[in-house]
Amino acid sequence: MGVDAVRLIAEKLAGERGGEPVFAGVSFAAEQGQALAVTGENGTGKTTLLRIIAGLLPAAAGSVAFEGGGEAWPSAQAAAHFLGHQNGMKTALTVEENLRFWRDFNGEPHLEVDEALEMVGLGAIGHLPFGYLSTGQKRRAAIARLLVSYRPLWLLDEPTAGLDARSERQFKELMQAHLEDGGMILAATHLPLGLEGAGELRMGAVA
Amino acid sequence: MLALYIRDVRLGIRAGGGALTGIIFFLAVVAVVPFGVGPDLNLLARIGPAMLWIAALLSVLLGLDRLFQADREDGSLDLLLIAGERHMTALTVFVKCLAHWTASVLPLVIAAPLLGLLMNMEPVAIGAAVLTLLAGTPAIIFIGAAGAAVAVALPRGGQLVSVLVLPLVIPVLIFGVSASYGAVTDPAPFGPPFLILCALTLFFAVIGPLAAAAALKWAAD
Repeated sequence: MGVDAVRLIAEKLAGERGGEPVFAGVSFAAEQGQALAVTGENGTGKTTLLRIIAGLLPAAAGSVAFEGGGEAWPSAQAAAHFLGHQNGMKTALTVEENLRFWRDFNGEPHLEVDEALEMVGLGAIGHLPFGYLSTGQKRRAAIARLLVSYRPLWLLDEPTAGLDARSERQFKELMQAHLEDGGMILAATHLPLGLEGAGELRMGAVA
Repeated sequence: MLALYIRDVRLGIRAGGGALTGIIFFLAVVAVVPFGVGPDLNLLARIGPAMLWIAALLSVLLGLDRLFQADREDGSLDLLLIAGERHMTALTVFVKCLAHWTASVLPLVIAAPLLGLLMNMEPVAIGAAVLTLLAGTPAIIFIGAAGAAVAVALPRGGQLVSVLVLPLVIPVLIFGVSASYGAVTDPAPFGPPFLILCALTLFFAVIGPLAAAAALKWAAD
């Protein structure tokens, strides 16, 4: 995809929620092709950390830098796909319409909509309104959003919530493929990611 | 950006979009006025443009709180903000406003002539009222966007949006109604208030989205 040696570097990050400090002094660096699992108990700031990197929250201290992205990916925010607790899909629109919208809006088209749906095992139900889907299917449709437009950095917040064992394996393969493609993954999770060479960032120990 | 416009218009028109609620509210308010005021045709004709404007204003305010709240609830708002590097957030807000206007306000403007008949308005007065609504209602949406952005994180933001926005849209109402009157009553002019109305819309088309974008940035949590 024409990106070489991109690095995500966070230095002495501190985050707060509603004026209360949640964590402080978090430093890490993620190289190209590397996954980092952000682990820790509830309330240790995993989501806050991801939202700071995505630029949705200001950092209380410290900095996030995204190096080597060139003009295409000037910052972590521009280079990131964010998969939060909510799926970011409209219940009144069909799965295909939702994905086509995000593909057009986010730019950098990667996979076709039906290809992406095939990858997450939803090939047959793309025509259904998103609201008709089960929790796991909704999650898989949201994962398909990561595939329809390209971003080197995936920020995943509890990505496998609601997925069954098979879909979880499928998602692991997708993440593996993304890493081999030169991407980076930062995932907040309670379960082991199961990816080869994945680092771990334990929250809560430093606070 | 076109994709966002199409998506929002589609959402507004489909079931649960809320566009229809606004139209029905508009019809209800205007249809009730003759019953309340009585069958004095001259009086109805005189207050007609003002009633159309007030009813339109209220029904626009009714739907405003959903402008960003629906996107926030399903997480799309985060994704729209993350895309801020690619699409300036103010521009995203502007496009959302335009889509909201197309889906839920344009039908009001189209229905207005029919309701003008209920108010015993002359054809010229109806034409003027429709024209001023067409030019003035976008301003209400752009001002409302800033209010909706401020209240987006609040659970019962709807009422707050109306209270925040109402004082700011008073000028729009004044010039909209005075231009409509100017078209039918003799000494009053149509041109100047109508041009001021257009200027208000253009002015708020710039200020509103910028303010809303700033508010959304700080409301994210």
